[in-house]
Parts: sequence; structure tokens; C-alpha cells
Amino acid sequence: MPRAAAEPVTDQVTDTIICRIEVRQSPGSADAAGEAVARSSADLDVSLVPSRVEHAWIYLVQGRLDQEMIERIAMELLADPVTQYPVISLAPAECVQPEPGVTTIEVHPLPGVTDPAAQSVMQVIGSMLDVDVQVRTGHRWDLHGVDDLAASRIAETLLANPVIHDIHDQPFFPESFPKGTTRQQATREIPIRDLDDGQLEELSRNAHLFLDLQEMKCIQDQYRSLQREPREIELETLAQTWSEHCVHKTLKSTIRYTQQQGDDDPASIIDASRPGHVVEADGSVTIENLLKSTVAAATHELIEDGIDWCLSVFVDNAGVIGFDEEWGVCFKCETHNHPSALEPYGGAATGIGGCIRDIMGTGRAARPIASTDVFCVGSPYLDSIPQGCLWPRRILSNVVAGVRDYGNRMGIPTLNGTVWFDDRYVGNPLVFCGCIGLIPREFVEGEPRAGDRIIAIGGRTGRDGIHGATFSSAELTDSHADEFSHAVQIGNAITEKKALDAIIAARDHEDGCLFSAITDCGAGGFSSAVGEMGETLGARVDLENAPLKYRGLTPTEVWISEAQERMVLAVSPEHVDTIASICLDHEVEWCDLGEFGTPGRELVLRWEGQEIGCLPMSFLHDGIPTPVRQAEWPPRTLPASTMIQGIEPIDVSTGRNAIESVLLSLLSHPNIASKEWIIRQYDHEVQGGSVIKPLVGPGAGPSDAAVIRPLAESDQGLAIANGLATGLASDPYLMGLAAIDECVRNLVCVGCDPDRIAILDNFCWPGCRDSESLGGLVRAAEACYDGAKAYRAPFISGKDSLNNQFTTDQGVTIRIPSTLLISGMGIVPRLDHCITMDAKSADNLLVMVGSTSGRMGGSVFSSVSPTDDDRLPMVDLQRGPRTAAAVAGLIANRLVRSAHDCSEGGLAVAVAEMCLAGGIGCRIELDTVPVTEDGLDPMTIAFSEEPSRYMLEIQPGDLDAVTDALEGLPWAVVGRFTDQPRLDLLVDSGSEPGSVTIEQMHRAWSGSHQF
Amino acid sequence: MPRALVITAPGINCDRELLDAFSLVGAQAESVLLNQLRRNPTMIDRYQLIGLPGGFSYGDDVAAGRIMGRLIRQDLYGALVEAINRGVPMIAPCNGFQIAVAAGILPGPCKDEPWPESPAPATVTLSPNREARFVDRWTRIHVPETSRCIWTSDLQVDAETDVLPSAHGEGRFMTTPEQLSSLQDQGRIALTYGEGENFNGSLGAVAGICDTSGLVLGLMPHPERFTRWTQHPTWTRLDPGCMDPEPMGLQMFRRAFEVAVGVHVA
Repeated sequence: MPRAAAEPVTDQVTDTIICRIEVRQSPGSADAAGEAVARSSADLDVSLVPSRVEHAWIYLVQGRLDQEMIERIAMELLADPVTQYPVISLAPAECVQPEPGVTTIEVHPLPGVTDPAAQSVMQVIGSMLDVDVQVRTGHRWDLHGVDDLAASRIAETLLANPVIHDIHDQPFFPESFPKGTTRQQATREIPIRDLDDGQLEELSRNAHLFLDLQEMKCIQDQYRSLQREPREIELETLAQTWSEHCVHKTLKSTIRYTQQQGDDDPASIIDASRPGHVVEADGSVTIENLLKSTVAAATHELIEDGIDWCLSVFVDNAGVIGFDEEWGVCFKCETHNHPSALEPYGGAATGIGGCIRDIMGTGRAARPIASTDVFCVGSPYLDSIPQGCLWPRRILSNVVAGVRDYGNRMGIPTLNGTVWFDDRYVGNPLVFCGCIGLIPREFVEGEPRAGDRIIAIGGRTGRDGIHGATFSSAELTDSHADEFSHAVQIGNAITEKKALDAIIAARDHEDGCLFSAITDCGAGGFSSAVGEMGETLGARVDLENAPLKYRGLTPTEVWISEAQERMVLAVSPEHVDTIASICLDHEVEWCDLGEFGTPGRELVLRWEGQEIGCLPMSFLHDGIPTPVRQAEWPPRTLPASTMIQGIEPIDVSTGRNAIESVLLSLLSHPNIASKEWIIRQYDHEVQGGSVIKPLVGPGAGPSDAAVIRPLAESDQGLAIANGLATGLASDPYLMGLAAIDECVRNLVCVGCDPDRIAILDNFCWPGCRDSESLGGLVRAAEACYDGAKAYRAPFISGKDSLNNQFTTDQGVTIRIPSTLLISGMGIVPRLDHCITMDAKSADNLLVMVGSTSGRMGGSVFSSVSPTDDDRLPMVDLQRGPRTAAAVAGLIANRLVRSAHDCSEGGLAVAVAEMCLAGGIGCRIELDTVPVTEDGLDPMTIAFSEEPSRYMLEIQPGDLDAVTDALEGLPWAVVGRFTDQPRLDLLVDSGSEPGSVTIEQMHRAWSGSHQF
Repeated sequence: MPRALVITAPGINCDRELLDAFSLVGAQAESVLLNQLRRNPTMIDRYQLIGLPGGFSYGDDVAAGRIMGRLIRQDLYGALVEAINRGVPMIAPCNGFQIAVAAGILPGPCKDEPWPESPAPATVTLSPNREARFVDRWTRIHVPETSRCIWTSDLQVDAETDVLPSAHGEGRFMTTPEQLSSLQDQGRIALTYGEGENFNGSLGAVAGICDTSGLVLGLMPHPERFTRWTQHPTWTRLDPGCMDPEPMGLQMFRRAFEVAVGVHVA
């Protein structure tokens, strides 16, 4: 059983033995894991494919054990009596040796890497036999019919990642278990007062501080004035707190933006009427605190203008809006890009784990009710990758597995997301994880009080994840896998689930909420969590009280470790005992790390009673220098729209069947094709609140948004969606507006009230020290301001990751396309009025709302076929919101049977998806589509990705009512649903239709790219 | 009003929907931590309905349900058998099923035999799915005519709307051919997957089994996630008329509730 407060870490028990228990499948029993590896091996480029793969579990147990105890462990706990049998060995020679023609690969976690199964087994053996044991687990794979070369390739590609695993080529039997190594305990001073500029930069780089010269000089000045050298722990605290990851120093800085082009810029940024913008004499504009002057300004102006349902914006771990009189809902979306580049499974799992903790750490704790995930990766069909990268397909399947295993175990439905493929993500994939929580309104705010104890709940602290915050703020290079493997880690979802259950029990305690504030340990670990919570009060921390995974951590390591699953609470001393007993019942550890409130508002760090560091909170939080950064636009070479290898270009030159074959090609394009293989791996229905699922209709079509019922007793719902328009990255302003418009469209299409939508920004940008890159960031931020204002959709929270590029061993830098993810949630007034995108009945009319232009730039069509018109489409900020409101009104008045957002692949793909989801056909006349300019060719009309367009299915009898409601907007009846199992596309009413059967469309859409 | 007990533990995560399902049919439902029950097994005597929820108890480490099953086997087996002998209906969806099997509660003794004093070794198991991967999907459900399970027998099954959601990585029902035919002969196959929908590769397409009394149902699907029509995967296209009867999941809880009304608390 876990104990209150820190207990000594036992690395060793005397008179112990080590035994190895191998659990194998009985002959005749299915070996699903082995078969899956055999199948996946066939997809690899290996000389020999195994004819068969056998999987076995390995448990290494160390303790004071006798034969009978070992047999009980093997028979009663580890092996399944129906399908498995155990093999016990007490010495290396007793292990099962591979037969001739079989190559054995064993994969074991490296010492110090979290091994959740080992922790569970250790605990249950303790309870079964009343004996202390140490456990390590591993996997054995017996590969039949391969040589060593093929075996090692299979091992490295499918079975293990050297960043976290040891790979053995024979049964592994360790002589002893690893013990923690003790490092120098004393607190080092790091002399910086006499360093010159070059030496300061060298120190920053070598110590992995990633502070720039100006910041290093600022620290140098501080210590010169204090007349002493900084101690290591102080320098580390500053590096964590001042990292881009924690402080968003680029987005919050003052930026001087220069624009070369003239008056036809749709963004009109050189405009003194924008908040915080000053137009300079040379025609540039100075923007004070970019984030505050754009994203946040929109929210504050909307609140002043009457939006009264924002309960907490930008100040907490997540933004909160009102759900009903009693409850609020909060939303946060994080990225975990750099860890996922090195170890995709652990990186994505800890990404979602960290985002869930943000929700647990909002106000005085919210309960997570839904998760989202968006991945951006290179083409699955690349024929080579730079050294130091992993193959995109492996990255994708492993990040999916990471989100699956963490999210499913937490019992939070992962119910919305997307994947975007572009080859420039090859070295720096993007992994976005979002989480939504439900919080009683009375707990939206929380502040620590002087005298509160600093209580940590959850996982133990280890050396894992050191320097994650600074690492995420650096640029990736081919050597990062070696240099930063300690920043990578594996999560243990059950530890987080236990912490969540205990925290909710403490929040809802019969004596009232037992804590006054809570936050999560994310980037920077305790240093950021305690540093932020104690900002106005100061804090005294006794670092030796933190329970450790293994002995030997230095105080600095304890302080900055980013070990997962830890939450920090401010608890009034009289409630500490109650918290302790709740933790005991929920089998979760806790410790008392010290006290909030010091006389001088400092951060005082102690180790066994001795002061080892002291920083004034004012310098820590307000000392960071804020230089003026230069931004310019446009860049000298415009970045391409989507680049994706391995997709056949489409020849549209001639031929009767051109439009049909383009449609099928687009349906099978990786950026459009079904994501069912991902969605079904997530438990998107746990908690029982699912109303609109990610796949809808009998044909499992792509839902525009998910809808849940957060409160069982209420008929009000919450819709969740996202918008991503990376195809338009060559102008981030237009990209930003398109992403907001898409997010709103998605929400509206299921029955969400457009007047109750809140959104989040996630900027993932290539290095922003580059003035052109920063220019793009300014444009995207301005789009956020303009879009949020126009749609009256306030931003409530956001996040940025501004160093996403990869430098190869050849010195070539691959910069990701600038990427802005807009995540949105909105209130659904009546769940029984929700609609889905699957077409419902023959003879209903297909109505298109919105107008189509010839601007084909950035479309999926343009990425596979050259177009004459490569202008980017532009959101009309007057008409877009009006259209959304009109469509929402139709849905609320029950006049719409199905609705679908017209996005990637345009009208034809949208209608194809409605048909294949509903299993009925449709006949479309392309010349009836409303257009903004004459003379558009049918291909353009069919595949344009003009924003603000909706496809609606209405019953013929409702046409008059629909006509009245759409007064003043461009719209038309463009087709009719039929009971024929095909989609007919007619250029005009007299022409021969191009026909595609539902079966063909289904095969194209869901038959490709399922990994 | 019958009282329903929902047993939770670290990693259990379908307790809320199970509580909700019990409440919707009129029971007074509450969740209690496994550790509290292990300290005081007689708490179980107060209840007339019992649920072992889904989730990932103890991370499903070693195998799904193994560790929690092991702890129940050790400390709660007797108290649960007593409850079954008292006539208490028990439902164990998903992880609950895996736990009940590991604990020796299912399949339980053969017809006309008493429960053994100490739990018997498992004779059925739930192995990793055929594709070795977690799957979330709704399937049509078939109730064998012979089912003696109080949760499923006499259910009016409508081929179009009677579906249940499954969401698991280890749900492939496995046993010996003899055990399977004995379960079939004794009417203890409570549910099977609809034809062509046995996605996890279960032997005999078995989705759920019951003990010899018919009171204890272990199943991989989640009836507690189909208690409202808005949970149905295609509810937006169903005729309003076919949504008049109670959803299939709720009907199952309704049946158990009616049995539980007659159960005395100890």
C-alpha cells in the first residue's frame, strides 16, 4: 500500500534471488500479438519476412522468494490457465532457448524508464504474499525463418525504440537489478559574472538552458548586483520559467512588422485602429505584445460588447465558459511535438496526459469529459528520410497508439481530430492533444493562501523528462535523439486516473473543497508549478520530501524533473490529514513539499533544512527582457502549398471520365480518406455521453463535429470540432481566417448555436528568429483577431510552439509549413435537434449555401493537379458569420435532414461523403451552383475549397421556409438525392452525367491509407 | 427501492454510466472503492444489485482484469457468492467480465452444483482481440433462445435497432470445446454477436455468459452505454416510432431491477 509522505527507496533487499518468469501461449492458442507483428513485418522493406512470430511476456522478479512463492506468482497471477503456460528460470541456463531457425528478440525498458506493468505486479505480489519484491517486465519475440539482419530491422522498426528500450538477441537474465546512481549532492555555483558574450552563449547551449544572449546578460546583471554567483538550481529555475514553452516570449513580445506589398493586402495590418498597433513613419507597424493585441484583444472586446458567458480566459491552465447556471466547461489544447519526434508512443501519451492534467488543474479542478487529437506528419509513402528521423508511418501509428492507450485508460472519450500529411513534417511531426472538462461554477477560481501547504499528489519523481521545457523550445537536429533521450518518457495513465479520482473526491468533499488552488506539473516540473502558484506569495520548498522513483537524484533534478502524473495543490494545514486519507483509499501517493508565503515574496529552495537556492518572484516572473523583434512580409520565396510524396498526379486534360476519376482520386487522398482505423482504436463513447459520434450513418461517414451530453440529466449538449487550413500556409492570414471559418462550420453542421462558440489557438511555427517566419506569425495572429471578432467566437486559451524545424546531418533545414489549429466547442441548445451528415432519404433536395470562386490555390485538388488560378480563397467576414447563423437557424427549426461542411475536396467530395455515409445516391447539376465570378469550369465548381459553404439536405415540402430563411445569401438547390446507389455529376441539366457508384466511392475513401 | 452497488478501483472508468443505468430504472446506486470493501466485505450484504464496471482496472497490467480479479478472488469471493445465493443480480460489462472471470465468479459451478468454498481456476478467458488492437464499435446482438440469463432472456430483439457498443482490446472469448458446449447446453450463453459481426474473433461468437442461476451476467458489450436513444449510432435517421420502446441496454437493467425488488438484504 502506498504510504503518506516520502518513504525510503529500497533498491535492494538482502538474501534475494532473481527469477525470470516467461509467459508463453499454449500450443493451439491464438497469439494475436505475434500474428500482428508477422503481418506488419510483411509491410517492411526486409529481406526475409518471418513465417511466424511468437510473443511471450517476461517478468523478472527480485526478492526473498522460495519455489512455492514463485510458482504461485507464475500460476495464479501471471499466466492465463486457459491459454498460457509459464516457464520459470532461476539462472540464465534455464531460459527457453530458441530452436534452430528461430531468432529471439527481447525488448526491455531501459533502467529509469517508467514500467507501469512492473509497478502493478510489484504491488499485487506484495498483497498476495506479503513480501517486498522488485519487478521488471519485457517482451520476447521469436521470429521464425529470418536472418539476423532482418530480425534486427524488425526489432528496430516495429518492436523497440533504442531511446527507451534495450534490445537483446537472446533471453535476458540480469545478474542484478539496476540501482540508482548517486550524483554529487552539493549545490554547485555556476560562475557567470565574469563571462563574455561568447562564453555566456556557450554556457546556455552546453547546459541546455536555451536562453538567448540578452537573457543570459540579464541574469548576469542580476547576479552582479547581488554580488554573488548563481547556484545551479537558480539558473535552471530561470531557464525553465523563461523558456518559450512556459512564457511564450515571442508571442508576448513587441514586434515591428514591415510589409513590402501594397494596398491589395486583405489583412490591412498597417492600421493604427487595431489595438496596440502604432504605425511608424516608415510605413511599418509596431505591435506591443502581439498576443495581447490580437488574440486576447478580440476576447476582451467581445466581452465588453456583451458576451457574458466567458468565465475565465487566458489566465488559467484552460479557458472556461458557462455551460448552464450551475456548470462551466473548459478546454485546453497542447502540443507535444519534439518528444513525439524522438519517441512517438511515449511522446503522444504524455502529450495527452499533460493536457488532461491541465484540465484537472483548472480552477479548483475540472473533471475531463472529452479529448481531441490532431496529427501532422510526413507522407506515409516517402521513399527516404533524413538521418535521425523516424518513418512517418511509424510515427503516425505510434502516436495513435500512445493517445489510445493513455486516453482509453483515463476513461476519457477521444472523439474528434484529424490528420494532415505534408512531407515537411518529416523531422518535426506535430502532435496536438486537446481536453475538455466540466467544472462547477463555484470552483472556476482558485488562489493559494499564505500558510497553505504545498501538497503534491500522484507519481514519483525520477530523472525522466529533465529539460523537457527547454528542449521543446529548441530546434530539432539529427543528434537530438542521443542528446535529449532523457527528455522523453513513458506515462502511466492509471497513476493519473488515481490522482484524478482522489482530487475530485477532495474537491467534492462533504466539508467543502479541501484545497484552495491546484495546478499540474508540466514543463519545468515542480519549478514551474510551484513558481507559478507562488508568484504573488512566495514559497518555501523542502525538496527532500518528494517521493523518488530511485535514489540518487540531486536537488536540482528533483526540482526540474518533468516526471509525469504529478499535481500540486495548495492545502490549508487543517485539511492535510483528510487529503491523506483520500489518497490512501485511492491508492495514490502524496507528499508535503513546503509552504506558500514568504516574508519577502521569494522562492526559497531547501534540501534537508539547508537553503540551496533563493530567487525573488519578481525577477523570476517579470525579469525576462523583452526585446523588439523584427517581422517582415512577404517572404522572398513563397512557401509551397501541400507537398506530399507518393500520390499520383491527376491528368485532367481531357476525357469524358475526368471528373469521376478526379473525385475518386481525391476521396482516396491521404488528407481526405477515412480515418476510421484511428477512430475505432479510441474509446470515443466512454462516460456514456456520446450523442454525435466521429463516424456517422450506416456507411460510417466523417462527422463534422462530435456532440456529447455532459450532464446525464440535461438535454443541453456540447459540440466539439476543429479547423485546420494548412493548405493555405503561404498566407497565414488567409489560413487563419479559413481555419476559424471551418471550425465554426463544423460546429454549426451538427446543431451548435453559433452565438455560443469558444475557440482556442495553437500556433506551430518554424523558427521565429527568422523575420519572415515571424511576419507570418503576425499575420496569423491578426487573422485570429479579425476572425474571432467577426464570428463573435472568443478565444479562451491557446498555446504556441515556435521552433518546428529539423536540421539534417547535411545541414539542410526542413521548415514545417506554418500551422494554426483552431479548436472549438459550442453549446447545443437541444440534443434531440442534433443532425448528422449522412444523407437520409431519396427525393430530398440538396441545397448549397455559399458562393464559389475560381480561387483554387491551396486546395487538395491543386496539390495533385496544376490549376490556372492559384489565388488563395478568402473568407468574407460579413457573409461568413451571416451564413453560419442562417444555417444554424434552419437546423434549429428542424428544416434540415443532414448537413455537411464543404471543405477539403470541395462540393463533390462533400456530397460523396454524405452519400456513402447514408447509403443513398444523389444527382448534382454543377451549373446551378452559386458563383462569385462567371465562366468557372466544372472542375473548379466541383472541387473548389472556397470557405463559408454548407451542403444541406432538405425535404421538398420545406423549400419555401428555407427560401425565406436564406433571403439575401447566395444559395441554390443544386441536386436531388436518389434511391440509385450512385452519385451523378452533371455539367448542366442537358449533359450526360459522370457517375460514380457508392461502392466505388467507399472503396476509394476507406480502402486506402488504413495502417 | 433496491440498492445497487458499483465496485470501483484504480483504473475503473465506466462507473458513472453504470450508476446512471441503475438509477434510470429506479435503483438507489452508489459506488464503493474496492479497498473499502476488502476491509469490510460485509458491506456487500446491504445491496440487491451489483455491478462490476468496465475500465482498465490496475492498468489491465499482466492481462485485462487480472489484478483486480486476483484481489477479489483473495478477499471478496465469499461475500459475492453469498450475494448471488441471496438472489442478487450482478452485471459485469467489459473489464467487469474480465475481472469476474479472473476472480472465479464466472462461469461459476455447473448446473445443480453449489459454489465451491474457494474460487476455482478459470476455465474461460478473454484474450486479445483477433487484430491485437483496441476496437470501439456497435454490433447487432443476438440472444440465444435457450438463454437462462435474467438480464437477457425474453428481450424483444429488433434486428435494426438492437445493437450494443463494444470497446475493448481483450474481448476474444476462449474456452475448451467441452466447456463451450456445456455452457450452450445449460442455457448460459446470454448474448452472441450478430452474424458477421464477431469482430474480436470470439469462440462461438460469444459476447456474454451467465452463471447457472442466470443472475450473474458477464459480457463484453456495454449495455450501460445504451440507455438513451441519442446514444444509438444512427438515431438521427430512425423513425420516431421505433424509438418508443426503451433502448435495449435499459431494458436489460429494467429486468434485473424487477428481480432485485424481491431480494432481501441480509
